[in-house]
Amino acid sequence: MSGVRVLVGTRKGAFVLTSDGMREKWDVSGPHFAGWEIYHVKGSPVDPNRLYVSQSSGWFGQQIQRSDDGGKTWEPVGNEFTYDGATGTHQWYDGTQHPWEFKRVWHLEPSLTDPDTVYAGVEDAAMFRTQDGGKTWSEMSGLRLHESGPRWQPGAGGMCLHTILLDPVNPDRIYIAISAAGAFRTDDGGATWRPINKGLNSLYIPNPTAEVGHCVHRLAMHPSRPSVLFMQKHWDVMRTDDAGDTWHEVSGNLPTDFGFAIDVHAHEPETVYVVPIKSDSEHFPLEGKLRVFRSRTGGNEWEPLTNGLPQSDCYVNVLRDAMSIDKLDSCGVYFGTTGGQVYASADSGDHWAPIVRDLPAVLSVEAQTLS
Amino acid sequence: MIRVVLPAHLRTLAGVDGEVQIPVEGPVTLGSVLDALEAGYPPLRGAIRDHVTHERRSFVRFFACEQDLSHAPPESPLPDAVAAGTEPLMIVGAIAGG
Repeated sequence: MSGVRVLVGTRKGAFVLTSDGMREKWDVSGPHFAGWEIYHVKGSPVDPNRLYVSQSSGWFGQQIQRSDDGGKTWEPVGNEFTYDGATGTHQWYDGTQHPWEFKRVWHLEPSLTDPDTVYAGVEDAAMFRTQDGGKTWSEMSGLRLHESGPRWQPGAGGMCLHTILLDPVNPDRIYIAISAAGAFRTDDGGATWRPINKGLNSLYIPNPTAEVGHCVHRLAMHPSRPSVLFMQKHWDVMRTDDAGDTWHEVSGNLPTDFGFAIDVHAHEPETVYVVPIKSDSEHFPLEGKLRVFRSRTGGNEWEPLTNGLPQSDCYVNVLRDAMSIDKLDSCGVYFGTTGGQVYASADSGDHWAPIVRDLPAVLSVEAQTLS
Repeated sequence: MIRVVLPAHLRTLAGVDGEVQIPVEGPVTLGSVLDALEAGYPPLRGAIRDHVTHERRSFVRFFACEQDLSHAPPESPLPDAVAAGTEPLMIVGAIAGG
């Protein structure tokens, strides 16, 4: 029988939420790693019981945990993330140059073909990879050593590599995004990278159309069409149809185009979800109404989804890694809030209900479809 | 045996309850005790000091026999009572943040 496992990372631990295919009754397991910040939990597409966790603490640094039984038991694995060679410098908040310093792993992206291979996006921005199930990590330094590196700068949340998208058709192609540098693509398995930010217009940076410096919050892709990407930028929802060579805005009738999370329906490549947030200085929904917006036209035309979501006095945020979809026939959509709620819809967003209401602030949500 | 008291999160990480006891070869210094601790409990590598530089993490402190050893160089001997196993080396998470 099919089912769903939702992996939730929070400010104070990880939670594993499981349900059958109906997605009406949920079992809640956790907190795992209680008291630690869990930036991300993600399972291998090849072996769904193989889970990887980014566990970090301002006191005790970075840990990586691994489960081989779907989150019942865990084992700490390698946690040494050492930049390759000379670290160099990037732009600091005051415009001066500042040395790269490892702080934490924001995102773990397991390989599409090998459960022992995982990519890690870290702060300060760089890409690492393990090929031995997390025991050792090596930097893919071609990215950090890109000639534009000295012009990358931290956003308010730090200079983080937060998004990794693996092309399911071309194994040599990977997309990543960094706040605040922008989006990058490799076509040679990570040896070399190039910025893919043409068409972005960021009015808050000195050159709004610069090659790098854009605060890209999140990228999303439908696996059937890996050259089409959607982007939630600091402001603006964007789309590319040519693997990032050019972008155009698809914010359309959104009430605000600031936000963090974005995702694509499992079976409809033109159906996209965002959660508009009021502004960069007010990180909560407009008018206290928590609304997911859905476009069935690949952007521009958006409809609010409100059934089951609070429509008054709601002032939470939905962070960039805190939305996910499952792949059941009736596509499930999930998102978590900084208020500790995890909402689920089993019908593509038409109806919503909370799975849990009172977790610590949710940092990440990943849905696994189980057969 | 050298006695070491770990903060709660590191006890969980190391999979131990209460105090740990570790054998240390040669001089009992801050560095040699941390080396032995990390060898006995590999998940603690990187959680107390940097993997490469061995610099103490900012919010971790070392105490023994009512002395703050946080800034002691790694080659400095620990107090005799620690070397004799009558007092523990205490590794403490600083009171900071929320």
